[in-house]
This record gives sequence, C-alpha cells and structure tokens, in this order.
Amino acid sequence: MALGLVKWARIKSPWILHFNTGACNACDIEVLAALTPRFDVERFGILLKGSPRHADVMVVTGSVTRQIRDRLVRVYEQMPEPKFVLAVGNCAATGGVFQQCYNVYEGIDKVIPVDVYVPGCPPRPEAIIYGVVKLLEKLAKS
Amino acid sequence: MSGEYEPESIFEIPVGPQHPALKEPILLHFKIEGDIIVDVIPRPAYTHRGIEKATEARNYIQNIYLCERVCGICSFIHTLVYTQGVERLAEVEPPPRAKYIRVIVSELERIHSHALWLGVAAHELGFDTLFYYIWRDRELVMDLLELITGNRVNYAMSTVGGVRRDITDEVAHQIKKGMKIFRERLDVYTEVVEQEPTLRKRVVDVGKLSPHDAVALCAVGPTLRATGVKRDVRADDPYQAYDEIPFNVATYHTGDVLAQIVVRVLEMYEAANIIDYALDHMPGGPIRVKVPWNIAPNEVISRGEAPRGELFYYFKSNGTEKPERVKIRTPTLANIPAVRQMLLGYHIAEIPIVFASIDPCLSCTARFSFIDVKTGKSWVWDREQLRRYSLKWYGKQ
Repeated sequence: MALGLVKWARIKSPWILHFNTGACNACDIEVLAALTPRFDVERFGILLKGSPRHADVMVVTGSVTRQIRDRLVRVYEQMPEPKFVLAVGNCAATGGVFQQCYNVYEGIDKVIPVDVYVPGCPPRPEAIIYGVVKLLEKLAKS
Repeated sequence: MSGEYEPESIFEIPVGPQHPALKEPILLHFKIEGDIIVDVIPRPAYTHRGIEKATEARNYIQNIYLCERVCGICSFIHTLVYTQGVERLAEVEPPPRAKYIRVIVSELERIHSHALWLGVAAHELGFDTLFYYIWRDRELVMDLLELITGNRVNYAMSTVGGVRRDITDEVAHQIKKGMKIFRERLDVYTEVVEQEPTLRKRVVDVGKLSPHDAVALCAVGPTLRATGVKRDVRADDPYQAYDEIPFNVATYHTGDVLAQIVVRVLEMYEAANIIDYALDHMPGGPIRVKVPWNIAPNEVISRGEAPRGELFYYFKSNGTEKPERVKIRTPTLANIPAVRQMLLGYHIAEIPIVFASIDPCLSCTARFSFIDVKTGKSWVWDREQLRRYSLKWYGKQ
C-alpha cells in the first residue's frame, strides 16, 4: 500500500537533474525549451532540480569526455534508488559527430546504464517530451 | 578592508563542475574572506572533446558539421566563419545574395542567443516570471529560423561557396511580420529593465569592470561594449554584407551587470533593423558557387562577431581535401580573465549573476594544460613542444 503510494507519487512528479557531459549546448537549450511555456513538461509534474540527491531522473546530454567521466559516475551514485537515466541527443547515444575524437567515450551507456535514448542532433522539444513519456511508462511498470 | 589577508581567515569554496550558473560543467574555485570573494580560479576544461585535432581527419565539407557543433547556441556563426575561412583559402568569392542570407540568419541567431541569455540571467536573479516570458517570445525567433533553415538549433545553412537554402518572398514576409511582433515584446522588456526596482537592486553597481581593465584583459563582445568601448568586428572589419548595411554599435557606459543587459537589449533592436534592411536590399542571383575539392597550400584567418564577441579561426591548407591545421578561439575563452576581475570584491550571493553576465558558453572553451600533481606546478605546451614530445615518446616504443 505504502509502496504503491510512493510509486504513484513518483509517476505524478518525477524530479529531474540535468547534467552536461561535454555537449555542445544545443541539446541543453532544447531541454530548457521543453521546460518553458511553449512545450511545458511541468504539466507532467516534472521539475528541474539542482541536487542529485533530490532527483529521480537524470537527463544527460553530450558525449562523455574523459575529464567528466568520474564526475558523471559520482553524480549518478549520489542519486537515491530507484534512479533512471534519459540520454538526450546523438552524442549521448553514440558519440555522434565526435566519434573517434581522442577525448570522448562515445556514449553514456559506456559509463552508466541508460533507460531511454532520444536521438536527434539536437532532438526537438517534442521528441524530448516523447522520451519523457516513454520513461514514465517504464516507471509505471517498474 | 586593507592589508594582507590572514591565511586562516580565507575559506575555499569549489563550485561545480555540476550545476553552476548555467547547465554546463565548469569548476570555479573561490577563495572567500567572510562573505567577500578575494580570488577565483576557473577551470573550464570539462568539455574538451578534441575538435581541432578531429578537423585534421575530416575533409572541408565534413568539417562544417563538426564546427557547427563546437557550440550549439552560436552554431551558425561558427559555420559562417569556418566557410568564410575556407573560401579565403580557396580564393573564391561567394555570390552577393548568399552574403545577405548569411547576415540575416546570423542576426536572427544573435536575437535568439541574447533572448536566451536574458532569460537565463533573469532566472539567476530569481526572477522566473521574466525568464518564462522571454523564453516564450524566443520561440517566435526559433520558428523563423526553422522556416528559413529547416531546423531549430543546428541549421546546416552556410556551406563552402554560399548557402544551402534561399529565402523566398513569402518567407521574407513572415520574417518581417515576426520582427514587428518581436520589437513590441522588446519594448516591454526595456520597460522592465528600466523601471523594475527588484531587478535594478540586483544588477546596478554589481560586477563592475572599468574600460581600462576590459581592454587590458582582452574582453570581447557585449562584455567589452558594456564598459563603453566601441569595438565590434561587424563595424571594424566588415565581413559578408555588413559593409553595405548601416547599423549602430550598441554601447553603455556603466560597466556593471545592468550595462550588459542594456547592451544586449539594444543589440536585439539593432539586429531586427539589420534583418529588415537586408531583406529590403537583398540582391538576386545564385546562392552558391562551386569550390574545388582540393585546396592549394595557403594560410588565412577568418573573424566574425558571434553573439558573445569576436570569434576567430585560423586555417592552414596543404593541397589535399583535408586542412593541415584549424585553430579556433572562441569569445568565452577571451572573457574568462575579465569575469575573474568582475567577481573580485563582491559577495557570494552575486556569483551566479556576475558569472552569467558574460554569457558563458563553455562547450567551446576547453583547452589543454598540464598540472604536476606532486609539485602543484602547471604549464602549457605549444604545438612544437607537443610534437617533439610525441616524437620522443614514439621513439622509445
């Protein structure tokens, strides 16, 4: 009963943490655009948080650079269970245009587990919202 | 306060790399005396991806798409300065209509970038209402950019020898209509900046930079113009069609965060005027010329005024389809010494807005330097030293 209540609350208000692992900013401004009035993901109860300790979902952009790898893992470990990861953009999925650069890991799934990928360079805010809805479905099943 | 600071009274606060003022990774190491900042050591290298090296492994056309992704917010000006440089390498002149289209798209991009910054700055001040209003109106410009180029952020518009899409009369009409609505919205924001006491309390006399310091620390763009120094690549070294278009270089004299806001709002008005003028005076003709695949050995530089300041590219070709060397100097890197000066002597609570006031765009700013962990010594190598080191290292293998 209590567990069901917690799950219901989580689906109705997943709090997200936005982390840039070396993206070019394009995905980041589209994630922000998704939060602002035209697209407004706050109507799903989604709220942007500054601390990983408050977050249920980590929205990660960028092709993980060698500098940021340890910080990404540390931020991921600071999030409370259960935690979910949304990889936004081609860089986050495969390294995108930065494939074969000497300083990148070519994808977030090389470092931490990913639940939903949103492809695009950068994905449109509509695509990011679609990814978020997919993630909410996954949350409901978990 | 005067005299030397006692070592034990200084407190160190690391900010970042996750979630400082913007959403990008940077580590700012603050030294605090009470509530006052006495020193800042910025470390912006978390987004180093090795783009300059990667350009040497791709041909001139592939590099357009790579350089576009140096920075997502100023993606068009990167392709513009890149393609302008390659055209100079190949000694090809783009057709006049392409030059006008490039000016129109880069000014639309300036509006979208400044509107984005104004929203983020309002958010840093805790004025979220303004943030949401501005981002709503920014979508108007994003729609126009999508109408012209087919994409919202990375446009793939400028190419070597011209542009890839034309602006039809119907689209031109839509742009003019959009600019009219946007000017009306800008009047509202001007009124807010001039009259809203809660906003003015946070930005007047905060993060001051003197014109002398700004020039000495090589600040560029709106950060420099906010101190009253009239310097703009568009006016000083006109590129594309800027020498045929009349416009004012917006400046303001106070040098604080308010001046940065005023300069950017004025630049949005100017950009809207430039777009209208360019649409009225756009010549006909082709939008693209052919450029040879292999480019003879040559060496050029290319500059442009990005929304954040002067963007600089250096090129060296070697007769093949790939460049020998591409060097990129982005405006945020030039502004980092200035923002350090702006932060000194202010309170901890003012860190976010002062740091955000230079419009930091760190994805382009990462550089390589060495730090010896044992002795704490740091140094930077130039290309020749790196080359010698690599030869020595491989010689041992």
